[in-house]
Amino acid sequence: MQSSDSKESVREVVVPGELLAISSKKAGVGTYSEGGKIFASQLGIKTVRPDSISVVPLAGQYIPVRGDLVVGKIVDVGASNWLVDINSPYPSPLHVNEVPWRVEFGETRKFMTVGDIVLLMIVGVDETKRIQVSMQEHGLRKLTGGMVMEISPSKVPRVIGKNGSMIQMLKNMTSCRIYVGQNGRIWIDGELDSIVRAVHAIKMIEDEAHSQGLTEKVKELLERSSGTGA
Amino acid sequence: MGKDVVADLKRDYISKLLAKGQRVDGRRFDEMRPLTIETNFIGSAEGSARVKLGNTDVVVGVKLIAGEPFPDTPNTGVLTTNAELIPMASDTFESGPPDQESIEVARVIDRGIREGHAVDMTKLCMVPGKEVWIMFVDVHVLDYDGNLFDAANIGANAAFKGTIVPAKRAGKGEDYPLPVLHQPISITAVKIDGKILVDPTHDEERVADARLTAATIENGNLCAMQKGLNGAFTMEEVFKVVEISRKIGAEVRSKL
Amino acid sequence: MGGTPTDLKLIDENGRRLDGRRPDEMRPLKIEAGVLKRADGSAYVEWGLNKVMAAVYGPRECHPRHMQNPERALVQCHYNMASFSVDDRKRPGPDRRSHEISKIISEALTHVVFTEYFPRTSIDVYIEVLQANAGTRCAGLTAASVALADAGVPMRDIVASCAAGKVADTVVLDLGKEEDNFGQADIPVGYVPRTGEIVLLQMDGDLTQEEFDKGLHMAVEACKKISDLQRDALKRRYSARTQDTDIGSTERSEAV
Repeated sequence: MQSSDSKESVREVVVPGELLAISSKKAGVGTYSEGGKIFASQLGIKTVRPDSISVVPLAGQYIPVRGDLVVGKIVDVGASNWLVDINSPYPSPLHVNEVPWRVEFGETRKFMTVGDIVLLMIVGVDETKRIQVSMQEHGLRKLTGGMVMEISPSKVPRVIGKNGSMIQMLKNMTSCRIYVGQNGRIWIDGELDSIVRAVHAIKMIEDEAHSQGLTEKVKELLERSSGTGA
Repeated sequence: MGKDVVADLKRDYISKLLAKGQRVDGRRFDEMRPLTIETNFIGSAEGSARVKLGNTDVVVGVKLIAGEPFPDTPNTGVLTTNAELIPMASDTFESGPPDQESIEVARVIDRGIREGHAVDMTKLCMVPGKEVWIMFVDVHVLDYDGNLFDAANIGANAAFKGTIVPAKRAGKGEDYPLPVLHQPISITAVKIDGKILVDPTHDEERVADARLTAATIENGNLCAMQKGLNGAFTMEEVFKVVEISRKIGAEVRSKL
Repeated sequence: MGGTPTDLKLIDENGRRLDGRRPDEMRPLKIEAGVLKRADGSAYVEWGLNKVMAAVYGPRECHPRHMQNPERALVQCHYNMASFSVDDRKRPGPDRRSHEISKIISEALTHVVFTEYFPRTSIDVYIEVLQANAGTRCAGLTAASVALADAGVPMRDIVASCAAGKVADTVVLDLGKEEDNFGQADIPVGYVPRTGEIVLLQMDGDLTQEEFDKGLHMAVEACKKISDLQRDALKRRYSARTQDTDIGSTERSEAV
C-alpha cells in the first residue's frame, strides 16, 4: 500500500475505532485518546504531525469554530436580532449590536429580512455550542445578486486548496467573485455563463475530493468550458 | 436547519438559466434524467423493481394476497396502491401516517395503473363473489430528488412484468404470470417562468408554479392526468405536456 | 418458537443446517457504504436473504424541542419493515415490535457516539428492511453503524451485530427464517469490537448456562469478522489514493 514513488504520499483512510498510534502526542481533530493510545473517531484521512495526530474528516456536519467565515441565510427576524441559518445543527442569532448599522428596537426588518444572504464571522461558541455571529468585521455584509450553492463542509479545504491555490484558480479562470464559507456554503457572482462554469468545477471538486490529480482535472474542465461559453 | 434552505436560494439561479434556455443539470427542457431499472429485486414480494431516475431512488413491491372482492365487482381482483415517503429519503419527509403528499402520489399512480388497464383484473378471480387476489402495489422511496410520480409509475410497470401470481400457495393450481395488458407510462412536467420542463429535480419542483402528470398507453391514448401546485397552465401548455408525455412515454416503455 | 413440522430437518445427519451451513457458519454478508445521495450517511446490507438500508441525518436540530438534551445529542433510531419485505404483507407503519427494536438499537448506538460533542441536537437513524429473513435487527444495527461512520458522526467504534441461537438442541450462529420460526432460542447481540463491550443483548427461548455461554461467544466471534467487513465497506468508498499537495489542511483558512 505504500507507494514507491517518493513524490507521492499515500494517505490512509481510517474509520472510527481504528488505532492510529501508541503515543503521547496530542489527539487532534477526528481522534480521541485512551490509555496512551490514539484512536480515530471519524471516517477520514490520518494526518501525522510532529506534535499531534489527527484525522481530516471525509464527512460530517459543520461545527462552528471561532473565527470562521460563513455564508448564512436569514430565516427569521426578531425585534433585536435576526436568526441566521448557517448550515449547522445550531441556529445562530445575529444581534443588533453585531451589525455595522445603528438599529432601533423593532426596526430590524428595515435592514435585513427573511431570505437575505449574509457573509458573517463566528465570534463566539460556548460550551453548550451556543453560537454568536457578527457582521462587524471588515468585508462582512449582506450579499446581493449571485447565487449560493452548498457542498459538504468537509470538502471546503479542497475548494480552498493549499494556501488558497484552488480557489484562486477558480476565481481567475471564471472571473467570478467567490466567497467560500467554512460552513459549506459558497456564494458566486459574475456573468451567468461563468457562474455555471464555477458551479461545475466546484461540484467536481466535491465529488472527487479524495482523488489525485484533482487540480489538473479542474483546470482542464475550466479550460474546456470557457471556449463554448456554455 | 433543513437542506431545503438551499433549494429556495437557487430560485434566481434557476430562473436566470431558464431565460437562456438552460437547466441546472444541463438537460434539455424535454429530456428525462438517466433511468435504471432493476426487476425482481425483492424475493419476498411477488414482483418488484428498483428504479433510479437521476438521484431519485424508489423500490416498488407487488404483493398478492387472497381476499374478498368488492361487492360491485364480484369477479374482479382488487388493486390497492400505497406510497411510503419515508424520512430516510429526504429531510423534508416526516414520520407518521401518510400525509397529503404521499396520498396524492399513491392515488395518481393507482389511477394510471387502473385506468390504463395495466393488469387484467378479471383474471385475478379465484372463487367468484367470494375470493379474489388483492394486489398491493407498495412504493417505498429510498432517496428523493423530485418526480416520484414517474419513478414510481415506471417501477410499478417494471414490477408487473416479472410478477408471479402465487396460486399454488393458495391451493388454487399452478403459479402464473400476472396478466399484464398495457403499460401506462406517466410523464411529469413542471412550469417555471412560463417554460415547460420534463422530469423535474427536487430543486425545480420547489420553485415550480405548476405541475402536470400525464399517463399514456401504447396506442397513444391518455388514461390519467393530474395537475398539481398552486399555479396554472394554458390550454396550449396542457396539450404540449400531453404530446411530450406520449413521445417520451413510448421511449420509456421501450426500456422496460 | 413453534413446534417443528415433522418433515423439517433443521440439522441433518452430517451436522449441516437447512441451507447447508455448519453450526458456526454465518450467512453471506455484503456491505456497501454511501449508497444514498440525500442522507448525510447511508449503508446497504445484504445478509443471507435480508436486504436492509440504513440512512443517517444529523446531528441536526432536535425536534420535538422538548426532547432536546442540553448536554448531549439524542440518537433516535427508527426501524421499519417495508410491507413487501415479508411473505404475508405487513401493514405499513410501525408496530410494537418496530418500536422495541428502534429503542434497543438507539441505545446500542448511543453508547459509542460522542453525543457530548453535539448538545441539543438529534442524530436520526433510519433503518428500512426491504426483504426480511430473520436477523433483521442485527442487520439493521450493522448497517446503521456503517451509516453513522459514513455521515462523519464521531464514535468510539463501529458497532457490529449478529445473533446466535439453538435449533434441534444445537447451538448455532446466525439463524435463518425457518430456524428462527422453529428453533429453540434466539440471542441477538450488539458488540463493540475495540473494547469487547456488549451494547445490545436479547434472548428468548430455552438455554442452559453452557448453551448460552457457547452462543454468546459464537455471536461475539462473528461480530469481529463483521467489523472487518464494515471497515472495508467504508474504506472502499474512498479507495483512490490521495496526493500530498492537494489535501487541504485542518487549519481554517480565509477565503475572501
